[in-house]
Amino acid sequence: MAKIGVFICHCGENISAKVDCKKLAATIAEHPGVAVSVDYKYFCADPGQESIKKAIRENHLTGVVVAACSPRMHEATFRKACAEAGLNPYMCEIANIREHCSWVHTDQDMATEKAADITRSMVEKVKRNNKLQPIEVPVTRRALVIGGGVAGIQAALDIANAGQEVVLVEREPSLGGHMAQLSETFPTLDCSQCILTPRMVEAAQHPKIRLLTYAEVVSVDGYIGNFHVKVKMKARYVDMESCTGCGDCITKCPQKKISSEFDCGIGKRAAIYTPFAQSVPNKPVIDKATCTYFKNGKCKICMRSCQINAINFDMQDEFIELEIGAIVVATGFQVQNNAVYGEYGYGKYPDVITGLQFERLASASGPTFGKILRPSDGKEPKNIVFIQCAGSRDPSKGVRYCSKICCMYTAKHAMLYSHKVHDGKSHIFYMDIRAAGKGYDEFTRRTIEEDGVSYLRGRVSKVWPKMSKLMVRGVDTLLGKPVVIAADMVVLATAMVPQPDAKEFAKTIGIAYDEYGFFNEAHLKLRPVESSTAGIFLAGTCQSPKDIPDSVSQASASASKVLALFSKQTLEREPVVASNNEATCAGCWGCVLACPYNAIEKKDILDRSGKLIKRVASVNPGLCQGCGTCVTFCRSNSLDLAGFTEKQIFAEVMGL
Amino acid sequence: MNEIFEPKIVAFVCTYCTYAGADLAGTSRLKYAPNVRIVRLPCTGRISPMFILKALQKGADGVLISGCHPGDCHFTHGNYHARRRWMVFRALLEFTGIPSERVKYSWISAAEGGKFADLMNSITEDIRKLGPFDQYNALIKETEAPATF
Repeated sequence: MAKIGVFICHCGENISAKVDCKKLAATIAEHPGVAVSVDYKYFCADPGQESIKKAIRENHLTGVVVAACSPRMHEATFRKACAEAGLNPYMCEIANIREHCSWVHTDQDMATEKAADITRSMVEKVKRNNKLQPIEVPVTRRALVIGGGVAGIQAALDIANAGQEVVLVEREPSLGGHMAQLSETFPTLDCSQCILTPRMVEAAQHPKIRLLTYAEVVSVDGYIGNFHVKVKMKARYVDMESCTGCGDCITKCPQKKISSEFDCGIGKRAAIYTPFAQSVPNKPVIDKATCTYFKNGKCKICMRSCQINAINFDMQDEFIELEIGAIVVATGFQVQNNAVYGEYGYGKYPDVITGLQFERLASASGPTFGKILRPSDGKEPKNIVFIQCAGSRDPSKGVRYCSKICCMYTAKHAMLYSHKVHDGKSHIFYMDIRAAGKGYDEFTRRTIEEDGVSYLRGRVSKVWPKMSKLMVRGVDTLLGKPVVIAADMVVLATAMVPQPDAKEFAKTIGIAYDEYGFFNEAHLKLRPVESSTAGIFLAGTCQSPKDIPDSVSQASASASKVLALFSKQTLEREPVVASNNEATCAGCWGCVLACPYNAIEKKDILDRSGKLIKRVASVNPGLCQGCGTCVTFCRSNSLDLAGFTEKQIFAEVMGL
Repeated sequence: MNEIFEPKIVAFVCTYCTYAGADLAGTSRLKYAPNVRIVRLPCTGRISPMFILKALQKGADGVLISGCHPGDCHFTHGNYHARRRWMVFRALLEFTGIPSERVKYSWISAAEGGKFADLMNSITEDIRKLGPFDQYNALIKETEAPATF
């Protein structure tokens, strides 16, 4: 027999001014199942809470309804009070008669009537509430960081320095990501490698970090605190244990004319290679696609040149399985393929290059050792045209968004060029200069005022070759005149786009992505580093275009989220989750399709001899977020949602 | 008989957007018609067509379903499920003889307290124009009457 206590709060005069609380208490007292119905000035205050606790103890109440403010305000307060009086906290419900009634209505009679309806409906609901227990989920204190660029390194180091284990997975043979390719970084002109490589080494040598390079995450199962991750270790054909990184094999390799990915095609590498001189780990891999032995079955010169027999052509891809508690995704970006701009001639004229290629030219460790030289004839260009927004903010051929960093790196390129080639002249075609960031506007002003770079506001319509020059036709909209510039080199500020396999990867690990393939955060403003899946966090440009400071900030934020998760042995969460009645489940899998969290699995029911009786749906409470979409989908009424059961809601409707 | 008809309307709302929007209307002290009773659910995806029927059966003159704007669902796409379900259910409702104008569907975010108040007024007016909903009970009487063949 239900014994419900109803506590009607005046909230000072906030409620009592429009709702006749005395009359309401008297009306509700007559409702079947109501044992106590009282009103009081402030139930949220200590004496109010004490009176609720006293009533629970004295009347052995089975449920409590507090008719007061919004449950978003004080549900936790009153549930805690109930728990202190020995009543299961989930046997307490709030009837919202302030925000939804007294504050918004003027007629006292109608407001009182509405308040009675709201309260009665909650009484009917609470009669059917179940004593729920918070769900405890164990936490594996080991983080997985996917991507070894600056964001991934930062997140891994932050987590590891706090004393937690980290597995850092990078699919290239070396850590570093795009930042390792850069020459100097805006706005301070710090040498990119000088600030990054020490961190790469630190990550590789950290006792708490297990570094897996040339490896890819192939599957993620499980849920927050309990992920099972499978990683493919691609065959390097070089034994990591014994290789000393002497580089003899690289010098002996007969295949040396392979276009280097790290140098964006401007430099060359061998078939056995490390991406760059400061690679971490500094141990080579054999590129199966270009290796003479793998193509012709003959060669093995590298193997013979290796004095410690570290090269093994029989090596196979290996798979390792990891138990992980939290994941940081820092998979980075790619630059857009500028071949879409036929009028700029990228790919057709060798001296039309991308910003990233320019970085390699300007880098002291790049193919030209920091000299700005044209790819076509190796001569120093005396006139460079930079084209901004070559892809960004262009819905017709490129992407609609702003890539955020191009204004800054173009200004930096022009500045570096003027420092390296003193008699050089550079022109920048721009749409707007977006230099929002600490020290950024000052930097672009310096480029214009001190280094005399000419900024032309307008777009370029065509680039064509004439003798050894590239003719650039554009418009200066501020002068209102067309311009033609005879340039030696053209640099395109290419758009930042998601990794080509970003969407596929997002599906593999179960996170949401936007129309472009950038991963979606749980809330753009308030939960910017959490993905839509609990326990998976985002860092860096895989979420949206970012510069280095932003990527690093987000990585540290993700790390702090991971550490907060690891601060406890177990996770406690609201028990508002779906559950299935396996006896009636027909196994139609409608719920599996409906679930946004992949929380519903197929489960085999076996008899004693192990014979399959039937297959039913089974809800994983660790993954379930409690939206209830599956419950409505269920054709056999087998699924139900704790806290919002069919019975409770029907009762609520009947009570109105 | 000049008394104004005060309809009773049941609203099924999600807790993350519309319920919060209704709270905002409250904290902003916006005044609106007192005819709507709110049933809070985690997500509009939880709303079963049966809830709507039950509300109409138990004397509601109108029903409102309201959740997060498309793309804003806290549970990523519960509101899309709700919308699809409603598209199908609306046809079924018409088929059973219940005018679908009695059931409204809307999106109200947690920031749209004003929109919530406006909607409360407009839905009350609309349902008031439609008059009391008694077809359902008439229908019950009909089916419960002894067969005459």
